[in-house]
Amino acid sequence: MSTTQSFADEAATSPNTPIVLLEEVGKSYGNVHALRGVSLSVRQGEITCVLGDNGAGKSTLIKIVAGLHDYTSGRMSVNGEERHFSSPRESLDSGIATVYQDLALAPLMSVWRNFFLGNELTKGPFKQLDVAAMKRIAQEELTKMGISIPNLEQPVGKLSGGQKQCVAIARAIHFGAKVLILDEPTAALGVNQSGVVLKYIVKARDAGIGVIFITHNPHHAYLVGNHFVVLKLGRVALDTHRADITLEQLTTEMAGGSELEALSHELRDLAPGAQDENPAGEKE
Amino acid sequence: MASTITSPATADDRVAARSVGARLLSRPEIGSLVGAAVILVFFLIAAPPFRDINNTGTILYGAALIGVMAVPVALLMIGGEFDLSAGVAVTTSGLTAGIFAYQLSLNVWAGILLALVVSVAVGAFNGWLLMRTGLPSFLVTLGTFFILQGVNLAVTRLTSGAVASNSISDMDGFGAAKAVFASEFKLGGITIKIIIVWWILFVAIAAWVLLKTQIGNWIFAVGGDAAAARAVGVPVKKVKIGLFMTVGFFAWFTGMQLLFVQNGVVQSGEGVGKEFLYIIAAVVGGCLLTGGYGSVVGGAVGALIFGMVQLGVVYAGWNADWFKAFLGVMLLLATIVNLVVRSKAEAR
Repeated sequence: MSTTQSFADEAATSPNTPIVLLEEVGKSYGNVHALRGVSLSVRQGEITCVLGDNGAGKSTLIKIVAGLHDYTSGRMSVNGEERHFSSPRESLDSGIATVYQDLALAPLMSVWRNFFLGNELTKGPFKQLDVAAMKRIAQEELTKMGISIPNLEQPVGKLSGGQKQCVAIARAIHFGAKVLILDEPTAALGVNQSGVVLKYIVKARDAGIGVIFITHNPHHAYLVGNHFVVLKLGRVALDTHRADITLEQLTTEMAGGSELEALSHELRDLAPGAQDENPAGEKE
Repeated sequence: MASTITSPATADDRVAARSVGARLLSRPEIGSLVGAAVILVFFLIAAPPFRDINNTGTILYGAALIGVMAVPVALLMIGGEFDLSAGVAVTTSGLTAGIFAYQLSLNVWAGILLALVVSVAVGAFNGWLLMRTGLPSFLVTLGTFFILQGVNLAVTRLTSGAVASNSISDMDGFGAAKAVFASEFKLGGITIKIIIVWWILFVAIAAWVLLKTQIGNWIFAVGGDAAAARAVGVPVKKVKIGLFMTVGFFAWFTGMQLLFVQNGVVQSGEGVGKEFLYIIAAVVGGCLLTGGYGSVVGGAVGALIFGMVQLGVVYAGWNADWFKAFLGVMLLLATIVNLVVRSKAEAR
């Protein structure tokens, strides 16, 4: 990729202390250890991809950073300071914004109301909503991101999946996110729309935001990522920089690596001729 | 989508500007307004006394009795919850004020204040229990409904030995309180009960709060998608508990009206079934039962429809027994009209 050089430049200029640093973080629900000894660092202007199969602990990981759950072991620091978030509000106030798979947009509410939800602009002694300003800013921010939504009064539920993702990302960036967590933003999208969303992710990175990109699509991850962390059964199975891995390796690692090889042998034994159709193990 | 990235134009020519008509039709209360107009015309033709301007005050009074409570019930429904205890909570409020003031021989206003505290506390309890347990509001408030109903009857029986509270009409402060909650005045020959004025005021304030303030935005959000609202930092629990407390506040107000309009006596069995009338008004007014969508003004129009039908049936000379049947038909028609109008407006 032609952008590899710029990745390296950014890595050189970015500050040494990561914005968010997880050290040996674990989370147990009773006797179930959903996450064990996970370390992760998020730096300004970098995209850290977290990959893993269903149940690998990706959701638990982002819920900890997003403030929905507290961790039970290890240490999480934000801007060098140890933190335990007790609500999403605290996480947001520390500059961490999360765009969830299920979007965190209220479907029946208009685009501008969703854009400013939780951060409404008010004016006057009665704290009346400044509707005109909110519509104007929402339109400007969306246009800046290259999203065209002609009618901001439209309920969000009527937008396409890609548009919704973009509204959510644009919103997070506008409200000063330093770290953006994207939970499988491309999982439910078609090829074109995924492309649009990936472009916004790159735009967010270029704006100096540290991005945690959760996905189980290694192709999407490799297109934009600087750093890759593969989770397996709640543990880190792979933690590597872009320079040290190829797409093929990442795909194999993601698909289960040696386990996949074993499975492929097993399948070959079971049904000769029908094996190896889909070595990437793609489900979407 | 691809073309929209390369040309970040401010306008998209694929979408034509929506006509004023289509925009009007997409308002949640439009179905109820159409329904109200149809019913008005119907009874103007079918019931001669309906045309008498002097009866307008009576019709509005009937509407206001439901309408005041329809305001918080509509807000609560938009916030995604129900309150089945709203009907008997009104009675609880009236009884609390009456019994407390009578038993301790206090100024009426002391009873009024205590009733306010109790009513808001009942609302807060509903909201707190709901948030604490995660049970559906239908179940939680059904429980409160029976509790309040039982307490109303039992406490009244214990204190007065009858099914109604003792009259407080000769006690200090009664006159002033009656003037606030249950007086009336003449306006151009029409007798206007003060609750109608209060009703209009409440609707105006609540509509403003819902559409033009941060709290209003949050109410839509917690009803539309509570998880999404929480994730962007909306205090979902506080908003929902606040909504239940608002229902409590309005139950207090309506309870005071009930107490002072009946010369300081409240029947302990009253209020059962009223909760459904409030819900009907809100639903007819375009509130979605599932939350996230609706209008306070619509709820007021729903209450107006209720008032018109209630008296229209009588004025038309029909047996009043038919009223409930008529109401049920209205509810179904209104919800279907809402559905059709909304889908048509969205298709434009």
